[in-house]
Formats: sequence, structure tokens, C-alpha cells
Amino acid sequence: MSREVKGMTGDEAVAWAAKLVNPDVVAAYPITPQTIIVERYSDFVNNGEVDTSFIPVESEHSAMSACVGASLTGARVFTASASAGLALMYEILYVASGMRCPIVLAIANRAFSAPINIHGECTDQVVCRDTSWVSLFGESAQEAYDETILSFKIAEHPDVMLPAMFGIEGFIVTHALERVETLSKQQVEDFLPEYRSTKYRFNPDEKMTFGSLVLQDYYMEIKRQQEEAMQRAYTVTKDVMAEFSEMSGRKMEIIEEYQLEDADYAFVSYGATAGNAKAVVDRLRNKGEKVGALKIRLYRPFPSLDVQEALSGVKAASILDRSATFGSPGTIMQTDIATALYGKENVPTLHGYINGLGGRVLTLPEIEDIYEKTKDYHDVGMTMTTDWIGYRT
Amino acid sequence: MTIQLPKVSVKDLQEWSKLGEVLTSGHRLCAGCGAGIMARQVTLAAKALGDPFMLVNATGCLEVATTIYPYTAWDAPWLHNAFENAPATASGAIEAMKAMQRKGLMREREVHMIVFGGDGSSFDIGLQSLSGAVERGHDFLYICYDNGAYMNTGIQRSGGTPQGAATTTSPPGSVIPGKIRWQKPLAAILAAHDIPTFTASPAYPRDLMAKVQAGLKHDGSAFLLVDSPCNLGQRYSPDQSIEVAKLAVKTCFFPLYSTYKDEWILSGVSLRLAKNPEKKLPVEDFLKVQGRFRHLFKPEWKKKLVEIQEAVDERWERLLKKTEF
Ligand SMILES: Cc1ncc(C[n+]2csc(CCOP(=O)(O)OP(=O)(O)O)c2C)c(N)n1
Ligand code: SF4
Ligand SMILES: [Mg+2]
Repeated sequence: MSREVKGMTGDEAVAWAAKLVNPDVVAAYPITPQTIIVERYSDFVNNGEVDTSFIPVESEHSAMSACVGASLTGARVFTASASAGLALMYEILYVASGMRCPIVLAIANRAFSAPINIHGECTDQVVCRDTSWVSLFGESAQEAYDETILSFKIAEHPDVMLPAMFGIEGFIVTHALERVETLSKQQVEDFLPEYRSTKYRFNPDEKMTFGSLVLQDYYMEIKRQQEEAMQRAYTVTKDVMAEFSEMSGRKMEIIEEYQLEDADYAFVSYGATAGNAKAVVDRLRNKGEKVGALKIRLYRPFPSLDVQEALSGVKAASILDRSATFGSPGTIMQTDIATALYGKENVPTLHGYINGLGGRVLTLPEIEDIYEKTKDYHDVGMTMTTDWIGYRT
Repeated sequence: MTIQLPKVSVKDLQEWSKLGEVLTSGHRLCAGCGAGIMARQVTLAAKALGDPFMLVNATGCLEVATTIYPYTAWDAPWLHNAFENAPATASGAIEAMKAMQRKGLMREREVHMIVFGGDGSSFDIGLQSLSGAVERGHDFLYICYDNGAYMNTGIQRSGGTPQGAATTTSPPGSVIPGKIRWQKPLAAILAAHDIPTFTASPAYPRDLMAKVQAGLKHDGSAFLLVDSPCNLGQRYSPDQSIEVAKLAVKTCFFPLYSTYKDEWILSGVSLRLAKNPEKKLPVEDFLKVQGRFRHLFKPEWKKKLVEIQEAVDERWERLLKKTEF
């Protein structure tokens, strides 16, 4: 297989991958650190390199609203946002999933205001966990590239027909220049055929009503159908990732296990933090520690079974969570994992660490400290702890 | 710049009435509701053009009362997204169809897009979406049916509520007699986007339908503000909707005009009133038939009535100047 390699930032990787997909509509609004995605895509449009209708809307609320209108015609639709922009879309995220629009949304994960801050943090995306969107995280520009393409295939799968979002951390991934193996136009076209269904869609020939008022007598059935689609999205995502791995020659799975087979201790993370966690695993392994790392790539539907199997036999897990929650029983990822493992055998104790807010760097020595802290907690019999790491008191 | 209004004759109406209803019977708008009358006139005018058309509807009475699942009153492609985003939603659908046509994934042809929004949706929460979509120039006709309040949520004041009107959030109190401020000049705001802009009333269907057809035929965005009588919220009996709508025009409270790039043209009754000013009725004739203005007729608020008449006169005079009467 020919593998072309290019240097790209995470944002550029998303834009270049989206170019290969050539969606019918891109409706987007700029926000740091996502801007490069819309800027590059505007170049492609204005230079005639894609035949997408680009809608430079006046807000993110309108971006998502236009995406819904476009998707309901049967079109292939893409957008990108972050932080405040994603929050402004929030109302319509529910409309998009409730009306079963397979829109793909790239997120340059960024901290929320206040105080205003433009840097990397995943809170914006994790708080969308209940919106009925398939949700993925990427660690690198390569994963940003790959997830752009495969998200369409997951979302548009007839068993799913739900929107999909994937996030890469602001600046840490969006603006870092990395090595990216690219795909050819042909490969993407074969993987994602240019078929659009206009049947039962909003088009001039179908005298159909979309977006009815649905009251107590039917609402719950419609919501239940979304849940069933979400459950099917789990298998579909696995299949799509397997097919993608085959096509690209790059292994892509819903979770990634690193040195976990014989591990007594594990780091659990998602997004860019996973790279540092693996680096610390290497350091600690050199010192003879039996430690591994688990990366969660698919966040919704949550891969409970896979996480459970991956952590089975591990004594204690350190969950590195670059997202904020207040007054919660644990970090956001930690509470999900705790729920997935509750009542199961051979499960680790769970130690959550909220870190890296507003783009603060979580250093490798800090991760080593976390490792020691987790061991201490475990040794004194604490099964569930949550700490904030890396702030001045 | 002049926009040509097609001539709609009574004979045309007779012919078009055979085309079949688009907003069919069985919907749950209040008996007498002006929004239903308006929507039937609009869709019939669209149907008479012969090309396929699609509808996007913002949240509000017209949407809620016509699509209670699993039923629908619409015999046309119809889409509702949310309250404040109908223009953005329509932009997405229009541009998606264009892209699919370019790629050969959809048959190429003329399709008309009509967007409905209430006054709450258009004057207030969705104004940004509307202004943005119009600035981008998508080819649709936006129709604001203005019933002067958030009717669907129980008659709260909006930027389109007239001065003095009682609503549940501008009640006729002992200190403040209803809505304080005058309506936002929405038609003028849209006209300032340099798009064909019209006002119309369901009491004058031929004028309304001509404007719908002109707006749809225009290549790009167009805007139509329709006075939409609402017996429940404006408080009069259901058989009086058309009477109330006529009085709005005859008192110059709601003048009928078209405007495009600084050319302003009066039509119908408003044109006749411009030529025969003595025929203009006092605004009290319009106010006194509606319960929402009843409190203004108490002796202590007499000065309010004078103020409203002055405001109506002033607005009418300014419009006449623009139309060179
Ligand atoms: C974001 C949002 N805010 C508030 C509402 C509640 N709401 C639904 S319809 C409506 C009023 C609609 O008023 P208008 O646009 O004038 O239409 P009408 O009901 O009068 O026909 C309101 C406030 C909503 N659906 N969405
Ligand atoms: S409340 Fe008014 S606008 Fe709403 S359905 Fe009734 S009459 Fe029509
Ligand atoms: Mg209203």
C-alpha cells in the first residue's frame, strides 16, 4: 500500500480529510482553536477544489440549524466548533439527533468561559454526552484525519443514523505540526460511497412533515429508538474502525490498550493526554513497574464491556481527566467508568485526577506523581478518590 | 427599484381555489385564527405558480397546531427545527439541494422555499438568524405572521406588540397600562437589507397573493410581513378576524406596501387612503373592537389613546413621504 506522508496540524488534518469526503454542505462559524478548519475549507471551496456549498453563517446556533436543514434533505453535512460555539449549538444538538441527522461535527476542544480562555480542555465535548451524538476523541493529527472520515460512515450507517462528533484538544493537537499518513481520493470514495438517500427526506417530491409536535403519547418511543440506535452504534463503530484499519493500514479501535496484559496499575485517559500516559508507562516500565495505559477513543456509546475487560485484573486505575466538573462524585470519565465496573469482579480501585484545565500542561513528572499517589490510595484501601492536580493553592 | 406585482383577479382566485388545500382541515388552530387564513392564501399563491415548493416553519401557533404527531395538516414538504432558527434551517436545505444538484444526486429544477415565523420568532429571538440568512442571500420568501404577541405560550408581549396592548407580560396595571413601547419597524429593518419587502393582510387576499408570488419569483431573499388577527390573544369574537384585519388597514395602523431599494409603493386600500385622506378611519375604530385595548378606554388612560393616534399618524405621514404622496 502506498503511504503518502505530509506534515499537518490537527486542524489542517481535519480540513484535508473533509476535503476528500467533499460533503454537500459545510455550515460553520469561526472560533479559536477551530478556525483553521473553516479557513482551509473555505480555500478549497473558493479554489474550486470541492463542490461543497459552504454556508458562512452568522453564529454557531445557525451553523447547527443549517446543518439540520441540509441533512434532512439527505445531504452529507459537516461542521466544526469549540467551547462557546458548541455551547451555543447545544439546543440544536438535540434537534439533530432527535431528527436523526447524520451530521459530522469536529470539535477543537477548548475551555469554557469564565474566565475566557482559548486553550485545550475537553469539558465542552464531555458535557454533550447525553445529546445522543456518537462521540469520539482523537489523540493526534493522524487520528483527527482518520476520525473525520470514519465518523461519516458511522453516522450515516442505516443502523445508526445519528450525528457524530469527534474532538481534538485545542492547540495541543489542533495547532501542533505532526506527521500524517494521508489517503487517496479513491480510497475515501470506496470507503464512503457517494450515495445519498432522498427518500423520506425533506425534498420537493416528498409531501412529508418533519419536526412535528410529539406529546406524551409518542415522545418516549421516539427517544427509545434513539437509545437503540446508540446501542447499535457500538457495534457499527467497531466494524467501521475494523474496515478503516484494513483500508488505511493503521489500527483503529474503540479503545486502545498499551502494556496492559500483565499490568497491576493503569492510566486511563482520552485525547492528547493518552500520548503522555504512554510515555510515562515506558519510563515506569524501565524502572520495573507493572503499569499500562488505556485510551478511550469512543466516548458515546460508552464501551463499558471493553473498558471492563481491559481493566480486569488491574489493581488500581488513575483516570486522567482534562475536563471540569464541580460537586460531582468523581471526574466525568471516572463516574462513567465506575458505573461500567460497578458490581463486577476483578475491577481496579478508581482514582480520578482533574488536570490540564484551560490548557495547563500536565507534565510527565506530574503523571509519575499521580502514579505514586494512586498506589498509596490503593495500599490504604481507598477504592474511589478524586483529586485536582497541577494548580496553585 | 421597482418590483412588479402580478395582477391577481377574482377569476384567478376561483381557478386557484380548485388546486386543493395545502393547509388542510383538521388542524387545531383556534376557530377564526388569522394565521390559518394567511397560510392558506400563501400556499395557494405558491401552488398557482406551478413549481414545487417547500415550507420551513418556526415554533409557534402555526407550527404547534398543525403537526400534532402522528397527524399533519400539511400537504406539502414541511419542516420545523426550532423557534429562533427557521431562516438558518432553510439556508441549509436550499444550499444542500443546490450541492446535490451540482453533483447529479438530485434533479435540477426550480423549487420555491417559504419560511413562516411568528412575530416572536421574527422580531425577537430569530431576528439574527433572519438577518444573517438574508445577508447571505439565500433564495427564500420569509413570511412573518404578526399576531402581536407570543400567542402559543399564552399571550406574552413581543417586539411586535403594539403600544398600549395588554398581554400577560404587559398587563394593564394601575401604573403601567399595557405595553409601553411601539413595535419594532421590522419591515423597514428587512427593507434596509436591500431585499424586496412587502406588507399584506389576509383581509385582502389578492394583494397578499400577488406579493407572495412576487416574493417567490424574486431570485434571492424576500420578506413579507402579514398582519395576523388572533381572536384569542387580541380578544374579540372568532367571526371578527377579517373585520379586525380590515380596520388595521383602514385606520393606517397596518399599511399595505411594497418596497425595494428605497422605492416605496402603496397598494390596495392604503393606496386609496393616500389619495383620499378623508376616508382614513380613527385608530379608535381598530382599538375598540379588541379586548387587548379595552383598558385604554377608561377615563384615566384617554391620553394614551391620543398618543397612539399621534403615533399612527406620524408613521403614516413618514410612509407617505417615502411613497411620494
Ligand atoms: C429557545 C426557545 N425559547 C422559548 C420557547 C417557547 N416558545 C415557543 S413558541 C413561543 C412564542 C411564539 O410566538 P410567535 O413567534 O409570535 O408565534 P405565535 O405563537 O404567536 O404564533 C415561545 C416563547 C421556545 N420554544 N424556544
Ligand atoms: S392563539 Fe391566536 S394565533 Fe394561536 S391559534 Fe389561536 S387565534 Fe391563532
Ligand atoms: Mg405571535
